[in-house]
Amino acid sequence: MEIGVFLLFALLAVTSALVVVVHRNPVYSVMSLVVTLVSTAVLFVMLGAPFLAALQVLVYTGAILVLFLFVIMLLNIERETQRTNGGWFKKLAALISAAIFVAIVGSISLQAYTGRFLEALTPESVAIEPLARELFSTYLLPFEIIGLLLLAAVVGATVLARKQDAVSPEKER
Amino acid sequence: MTQELITTLVKITLWLVVLLTTVPVMVWVERRASAFIQDRRGPNRVGPLGLVQPLADALKFIFKEDITPTAADRPLYLLAPLLAVLPALTTFALIPFGPDVVIDGRTVPLIVADVETGVLLLLALASLGVYSLVMAGYSSNNKYSLFGGIRASSQMISYELALTLAVLAALIPVGSFRLDEVVLYQQGTWLGFLPRWNVFPQFIGFMVFLIAAFAETNRVPFDLPEADSELVAGYHTEYSSMKFALFFMGEYMSMATLSALAATLYFGGWHLPGVRFSDTWYWALAQGFGILLMKVALFLLFFVWVRWSFPRFRFDQLMRLGWKVLLPVGIFNLVLVAAMTLAGWL
Amino acid sequence: MPTVTATPPLLERYPEGSILPQEGLDQPAWVVRREILEDLARDLRDHPETRFDLLLDLCGVDFPERSERFEAVYHLFSVTRKERLRLKVPVSEAEPVLPSLVDVWKGANWFEREAFDLFGLRFEGHPNLRRILTHEGFQGHPLRKDYDPARRWVLTEDKVYRPRPQQPVEEEDEDLFERMTINIGPSHPAMHGTLRVVATLDGETIDASEVEIGYLHRCFEKMSETHTWQQVIPYTDRLNYCSSFINNVAYCRTVEQMLGIEAPPRAVWARTILSEFSRIMDHCVCNGSVLVDAGALTNFWYLFQPREEIYGLLEACSGARLTVAYGRIGGLAADLPPDFEDRCRRLLETIPPFLDDVDALVAHNRIFLDRSVGVAAISGEEAVNWGWTGPCLRASGVGYDVRKAYPYDLYDTVEWEMPVFQGGDVYDRYRVRMAEARQSLAIIRQLLDSGMPEGPVMVEDPHVALPSKEAAYTQMESMIYHFKLIMDGIQVPAGECYSMVEGANGELGFYIVSDGSGKPYRVKVRPPCFPIFSTFSRLIRGGTVSDAIVTLGGLNVIAGELDR
Repeated sequence: MEIGVFLLFALLAVTSALVVVVHRNPVYSVMSLVVTLVSTAVLFVMLGAPFLAALQVLVYTGAILVLFLFVIMLLNIERETQRTNGGWFKKLAALISAAIFVAIVGSISLQAYTGRFLEALTPESVAIEPLARELFSTYLLPFEIIGLLLLAAVVGATVLARKQDAVSPEKER
Repeated sequence: MTQELITTLVKITLWLVVLLTTVPVMVWVERRASAFIQDRRGPNRVGPLGLVQPLADALKFIFKEDITPTAADRPLYLLAPLLAVLPALTTFALIPFGPDVVIDGRTVPLIVADVETGVLLLLALASLGVYSLVMAGYSSNNKYSLFGGIRASSQMISYELALTLAVLAALIPVGSFRLDEVVLYQQGTWLGFLPRWNVFPQFIGFMVFLIAAFAETNRVPFDLPEADSELVAGYHTEYSSMKFALFFMGEYMSMATLSALAATLYFGGWHLPGVRFSDTWYWALAQGFGILLMKVALFLLFFVWVRWSFPRFRFDQLMRLGWKVLLPVGIFNLVLVAAMTLAGWL
Repeated sequence: MPTVTATPPLLERYPEGSILPQEGLDQPAWVVRREILEDLARDLRDHPETRFDLLLDLCGVDFPERSERFEAVYHLFSVTRKERLRLKVPVSEAEPVLPSLVDVWKGANWFEREAFDLFGLRFEGHPNLRRILTHEGFQGHPLRKDYDPARRWVLTEDKVYRPRPQQPVEEEDEDLFERMTINIGPSHPAMHGTLRVVATLDGETIDASEVEIGYLHRCFEKMSETHTWQQVIPYTDRLNYCSSFINNVAYCRTVEQMLGIEAPPRAVWARTILSEFSRIMDHCVCNGSVLVDAGALTNFWYLFQPREEIYGLLEACSGARLTVAYGRIGGLAADLPPDFEDRCRRLLETIPPFLDDVDALVAHNRIFLDRSVGVAAISGEEAVNWGWTGPCLRASGVGYDVRKAYPYDLYDTVEWEMPVFQGGDVYDRYRVRMAEARQSLAIIRQLLDSGMPEGPVMVEDPHVALPSKEAAYTQMESMIYHFKLIMDGIQVPAGECYSMVEGANGELGFYIVSDGSGKPYRVKVRPPCFPIFSTFSRLIRGGTVSDAIVTLGGLNVIAGELDR
């Protein structure tokens, strides 16, 4: 049964990921991305990391992708698709993505070949409490740095958004 | 294994029956209560006190012509109403509705999905509800619908933050994401008479939660995505018949789920001080469920009461309230509760 | 009535014969050559001795037999000096061209379009001279005397006008967010099924908008010309149908003034009371729709209950609820019901709690305050320039009320206050109406306390009032009068008259020209909401769609009166 569920959601994740890239309508792309993320969340649960799964759905599908949709709906889709069709930009992006893909697959195969897997995660180690303990003790510094980075991003976004809107500060966002 | 499956199925059925009954009951309550508030009579022709009215409404929905606009984006247009009921139909699985009971020597927790991530999963599922509104708004190919969809997406994201902050604050003293532990934590009394409910120490958090819950369910004064006098009917302008009814049901069911969450987080859930739970499993079940439903019903009445009393916000004011008031207050509440917990007061 | 004022310094400034003051009319009137009209208008507005800051009305009159066939008639009013002036500008059929006065009075915009539409007068320099009341497929100009009243035109799809709102400033379109054009109405919940606004939006903010009216146009003024004087009354009901009785009174008073008769005391008393009840009704409907457009539906029900109760009273008097047609030239259609006073007193008891409830619910409600304070605000000066009158103007701090400035009926016998607020926004328009409704109750109470005058409700003049049925059946003379009144109608002496009452949403004036026959030669209504609604695009610019919707409710635009 587990294999069946895995196959179903793995297939779903891969197909919908393909749709994200291939589909012409950006709204459909975003909706497919939702399916991809939810499917991987299910895979996370099967790997024994429900916390990660819940966070993925909560943060990515529940918030970030909605913002994607929000922006896409505000933009004039037809004009944008015309504008960005083709060009070196697209090719470059494809090249980089391919490189990352090769790197990931390569490193996993390498590990499988050499038989030196990282230490496997146990359900106990990814349960919420030990996870939190690790995050706030061993990995406190990276955690704080990431927090700082996010803060900088928020400030940057605010500054960028404000510049254009200087005329009417009343109407935010 | 089979026994477990059967108990789970029974629990799911129980909840489904309750949730699906909520809709017609709420339709009747809303119509009668609004009439009462507005000095009218309300539906009183179909059955005694108009009690059969919801059935007539449902029949009307079923027999109405189902129209799909020619220029609509068909797949998304059809999917949207289904997604409207999906979160409401799944989130209830994480809400406990009674103490652990013993059936044939096996301990059965009265919660459908007893998982560690509990409330997080609930919030994650609830956050998917916005897709239905956005999809409906986009796919209808109507500018008013699009407006509704855009409003819905930014409104629900903004208030989800405040909602999550309030929920997290409620979990801090408990130290767990499991809602059943939240309920257990709230048992007992303070000073002998005050129930140990979260609402008392965390009143600020409760207010944030309540306001955000109104916004999440798109009820007045936060009904901007469907604001009838401005956007005709907002995201569901182009929907008719049962498709429209599904949005309608989705709204009432999410109200019920959020009410249940509010009751669980802040008002002791299925527990009530002074109530001794029976040892027989079905009596305990009835008691727990009854108490929870009573609390939910009070919340739902409150929802109705507010709806017919207030005007509606304007969009920029809504955003201001969400980001400039509720979010800081939510963060403040979170820090406050954390400090109180550290000090050992909670 | 206002006294005749000569303003010598102004008259001397213009060439001999270009301004001819007319004597013997109801109010000062000058016949003006069109060459000097624009300069004169500016002078009249700015000169400290004239200060005619408000253009009340502009209309055309057609005299086919004259060499200069058309006459454009301007009614000016000085809010500061409470004086009136009528300008009459004759133009020929061959060249019906006048200078546009939009630069002098912004309110002239729609009036000039209307005169163009209905008479074919052309206004040079008008920014947007197109048809306004009739549709694009219409041919000819319906109020010309040679236009056949039975002629109909069909609007075909290819002729439908597609509004394109003008962007005020076309700045570099830097941001990616496309401006969206939305069509609000006429089939939109907030547009009463009769108004249409096309707006260009930047996000939710309205950049520019264009207003279309005329969906309820029935050419009331042309219909009036084909009916006898009394027969016009039911048509006036359909002007501002929220307070139809006030329209009856306004029309009847104008004709009475032309006839030189006065309604008997009992009729005047009843007219005052019923006018005030109609005003309360109208204000309730208006504030109710503001609140329902703001999402507070319950208040709508609370405010419609008084209206319902008042309908009961009107029904007892006239037999009709909405279109009462209760006024008659010379008095009232029928005597008051025996329990009239009791009913009125009961209403005085039942209405205030509803008003209080609504005030308690919204007057200090944070959400409503946020939605209404400062929204669509307009200064008193600007409002006057746009031709505003009535509660909307009083919300902008200008205290002009016909009932105070030119007391008619019994308004000088009662004590009441004229509520004036300074904000000029949606909230103050709401407050003015609530305060006025309470003042109206006070007026009614005093009138009831002063006692109902005895006597008939119709004048005794057999040339005006129908004889009693019994007399018509038994006396030869009465029968002849009856026949003449029914077949030929009242004979109103030739002349012209402008007379006004305080309608529920502003100065409701009737400018009537008679050629001495049994039918009006020309009836022109000055609909108070017409100039107010012409300001709409200006009011909603820079606000959001939600603001626009709430603003519309607060202006009390009644399509029956707007489109006529």
